[in-house]
Amino acid sequence: MTRMDESLGPSGAAGGSRAWRATLLTLGIFAAVAPAFLLESFQLFQLTMAVIMALAVLGLNIVTGYNGQISLGHGAFFAVGAYVTAILMSHFDWSFWATLPVAALVCAAVGYGVGFPALRLGGLYLALTTFSLAVAVPQILKHKALEDWTGGVQGLFLVKPDPPFGLAVTPDQWMYLSVVAVAALCFWGTWNLVHSRIGRALMAIRDNPTAAQAMGMDISALKTKTFAASAMVTGIAGALSAVAIEFVAPDSFTFGVSITLFVGMVVGGVASILGSLFGGLFVLFVPNIAEAISKAAPGVIYGVILILFLFLLPGGFAGLLRQIAARLTRRRP
Amino acid sequence: MTTSRRTLILTTGALLAAPRLAAAQETPGVTATEIRIGSTNALSGPASTYSVITKCLTAMFQRLNDQGGVGGRKIAFIAYDDAYQPPRTLEQTRRLVEQDKVAFLFNQLGTPTNSAIHRYVNQRKVPHLFLATGADKWANPKEYPWTIGWQPSYRTEAQIYAKYILEQKPNAKIGLLYQNDDFGKDYLHGLKDVLGARFDAMVKTATNEATDPTIDSQIVSLQAAGCDTLVCGIIPRFAAQAIRKVHDLGWKPMMFMTNVSVSAGAVMQPAGPEKGVGLITSDYRKDQSDPAWANDPGMAEWRAFMAKYIADGDLSDNNYTYGYGAGSTMIQVLRQCGNDFSRENVMKQATNIAPMDIATLLPGVQVQTQPGNYNVIRQMQLQRWDGKSWVRFGKVIEGGNV
Amino acid sequence: MNGLAHQIVAGIATGGIYAAVALAIVMIYQATHHVNFAQGEMATLSTFIAWSMINAGMPYWVAFFATVVVSFAIGVAIERLLMRPVQNAPELTHVGVFIGLLLIIGNATGWIFGYTTKSFPSPFHSDKPLAGGLISAHELGSTAVTLAVLLLVWAFFRFTRLGLAMRAAAYNPRSARLVGIRVGWMLALGWGLAAAIGAVAGMMVAPIVFLDPTMMLGILLYAFAGALLGGIDNPMGAVIGGFVVGVLENLAGAYVVGTELKLTVALAIIIGVLVVRPSGLFGRVVYSRV
Repeated sequence: MTRMDESLGPSGAAGGSRAWRATLLTLGIFAAVAPAFLLESFQLFQLTMAVIMALAVLGLNIVTGYNGQISLGHGAFFAVGAYVTAILMSHFDWSFWATLPVAALVCAAVGYGVGFPALRLGGLYLALTTFSLAVAVPQILKHKALEDWTGGVQGLFLVKPDPPFGLAVTPDQWMYLSVVAVAALCFWGTWNLVHSRIGRALMAIRDNPTAAQAMGMDISALKTKTFAASAMVTGIAGALSAVAIEFVAPDSFTFGVSITLFVGMVVGGVASILGSLFGGLFVLFVPNIAEAISKAAPGVIYGVILILFLFLLPGGFAGLLRQIAARLTRRRP
Repeated sequence: MTTSRRTLILTTGALLAAPRLAAAQETPGVTATEIRIGSTNALSGPASTYSVITKCLTAMFQRLNDQGGVGGRKIAFIAYDDAYQPPRTLEQTRRLVEQDKVAFLFNQLGTPTNSAIHRYVNQRKVPHLFLATGADKWANPKEYPWTIGWQPSYRTEAQIYAKYILEQKPNAKIGLLYQNDDFGKDYLHGLKDVLGARFDAMVKTATNEATDPTIDSQIVSLQAAGCDTLVCGIIPRFAAQAIRKVHDLGWKPMMFMTNVSVSAGAVMQPAGPEKGVGLITSDYRKDQSDPAWANDPGMAEWRAFMAKYIADGDLSDNNYTYGYGAGSTMIQVLRQCGNDFSRENVMKQATNIAPMDIATLLPGVQVQTQPGNYNVIRQMQLQRWDGKSWVRFGKVIEGGNV
Repeated sequence: MNGLAHQIVAGIATGGIYAAVALAIVMIYQATHHVNFAQGEMATLSTFIAWSMINAGMPYWVAFFATVVVSFAIGVAIERLLMRPVQNAPELTHVGVFIGLLLIIGNATGWIFGYTTKSFPSPFHSDKPLAGGLISAHELGSTAVTLAVLLLVWAFFRFTRLGLAMRAAAYNPRSARLVGIRVGWMLALGWGLAAAIGAVAGMMVAPIVFLDPTMMLGILLYAFAGALLGGIDNPMGAVIGGFVVGVLENLAGAYVVGTELKLTVALAIIIGVLVVRPSGLFGRVVYSRV
């Protein structure tokens, strides 16, 4: 179920809802920027990583949540984005901002190329292909032919960009603010996409492909483009992560990353923009909680949480919030 | 007046406290009663066989505390799990340094994992001591003065094999099977170091991935290429396969195996002990199953430690002798520090260890460091499998400094 | 030329492993129209169970059959407990449950049994090397076992009423119910059989690759390639596909792209099959019209 027209708030009057939205927006900006100055450097680093993972989950949500195509290999696009940025910054001295559009385009192209053969057929084939891609990616990254660029097993080192114009913020703070800005842009773009005609077409394909096809939509073309767009968003997240960690190596991008993104999407809330935010937070902080519960087998806890959510809360955290909000608004006189 | 007296007392108190506050900042992680030491290891996931090292070190610090600690202080050893993933290693290391405010880092596991953090720790001037990895890049005092390894590097090991091969079979045709990562590649570099220009003519290489089911195909290729010598830089699972396949093919090369993959229990038994006869490896540690050390005082000390502090530990797991060696080195450094546990002094003592014997190291193999040479252990001895155990032969050989 | 023969024979031997796992995958697919991503981990768990039994002193074949039975029961239990509640849920939920299973079983196996490599005995021995050392007794024996299992599966589906009922339940559950077939239990049966086949595959594989919790992930990828190549709805096709993938992977690794890209070869096979002939060499081509 999708949230339809969110502009019709309970108050109804257009002027009141506009003021309400302006307030929310200001609060949102404040909430996003404040941590840069309130948190200690390590916690700020953690929050930066959470926002990056939220963006990566958003990418997966575009294709799996809103379009119903199951991808088990989005970690591969995360890796491609990270490496494009790393190579451009490390070998060619590009500035970090300049690498972002290139990383985005490359990931979109790779997504298109991978999706094209598989998306003509059923969802099963995409799942298999993306699964294989995710398992094969570390090996490709280490290959001799690419070694001069990728640094092979040793990986590549990067340096966080310095704050410009001599602003009085630390590199960590500047990194956080940059990440939030890029992520906000992507989230806003996705929100627009989802609430547009194209967005409705995507969801139509997900919910009833036969009917969608009967209506004349070119399903394959649309699915492939969606896959490309989702690869692009996750790729941008990968590029951001490369600079935040200042290091890329094939071992950072194993099959586990794709699984982590998948779990984050389900737990945060499938087909939900807010859910992607929750998913990012979950992905970053749950491993530590799982470690506290069971030092030796946090993976088991991960799997159990995933299955519990699938059974009890298929809408994820976002779905839970929606249920609570619906119950509250219903009670209002 | 009361207010000014109060102010006077408060100000004096603040002034008296200030030096101590300033001192705390100069020696992070160190208080009058405690020294905090941080570490990361793969406590979960596929690499978690090495988590017993952390268990061993925790027990060693426990023993030290029971004996009164060092410099009048007890050790608080904090180890976090990174599941062998570099981004997690960075997160946990930053947590240790910025949140837990440890004095220094010790024996963190892995090559890609340590690669992710060694620039960070060098920028912040945090001692990054005695890493649990044999990669060669840690012995670099010029560029990374705060990072130092411990065990002899894999590259050193390969150099030692190459030297031996040239001695015994100057015209050998060498096959090299190595895992396609930092660990395996050190063997490639080590052979190149010694063979130099002759490398291309003498050596045929094959690689494998950790995810490959078998390496039979690679072994067959190397035999078909006419090799009469085989050097393997592969993990225990593939080592057992390799030993068995070479035997089953009826091939009898002079065969060398990385000392990471020569455990009697985990490799030789599964492969079939009679199939590995003649296999050569090297070691710097005493093999606990070797009857020569049954009455050795050093191993007795180790066994007593295991019995008292890790009663459920598997005595045939040589990660415990490894941990004992690294832990002993660390404790020696702490003792050398006297009462000054500032980061500068810890680093200074860590890079000035006079040659010392350790209970679990072979006689003739010593731990030593100098400010210009960060190779902590430089010697190894070759040993040959005789069907029942490893038999040392020859002298202790020193590896080149690369 | 000797090297080539070696590589091909070695490829057939590893192909046998892929074929066995591919068979288990196709089994579940035929019964439920789902691909079980946790198949590899389930097989690994079964093999560890067998290992524990053998270590406790049980003779090999007793442990073998006991493991097959236990795995069958586990498969049925998983279907009844985990898949049944979400049977009408969207595809995403099903895949999610498979992934959850993969995480739980994979990590639990590692946690309970540890990650050190263990050896697993083989029931096939020979004192002299066979065929000039080209193939070991075990490799020959396990290939024979895979083919025997394939024959049993084929006969089961073709000649027994139960097999027919299972096929009907998967193909058209509604009609099947109308003629009195207990569709739910057919699905459970499918899972049980697949788990049992997986257990056999695991016990055949372990003596070659040595037993450790991560032994199956790479194999699973090649098995998927084999199953796709042969046709995901055709057991015989899957087995042939598995052998072909084994040989191709070895030859490509030895002569074409080098051993560093063998996983990529599997990926290339998958993409190639999907582009050229998605239903695989032996699968039925399905046309859908809107």
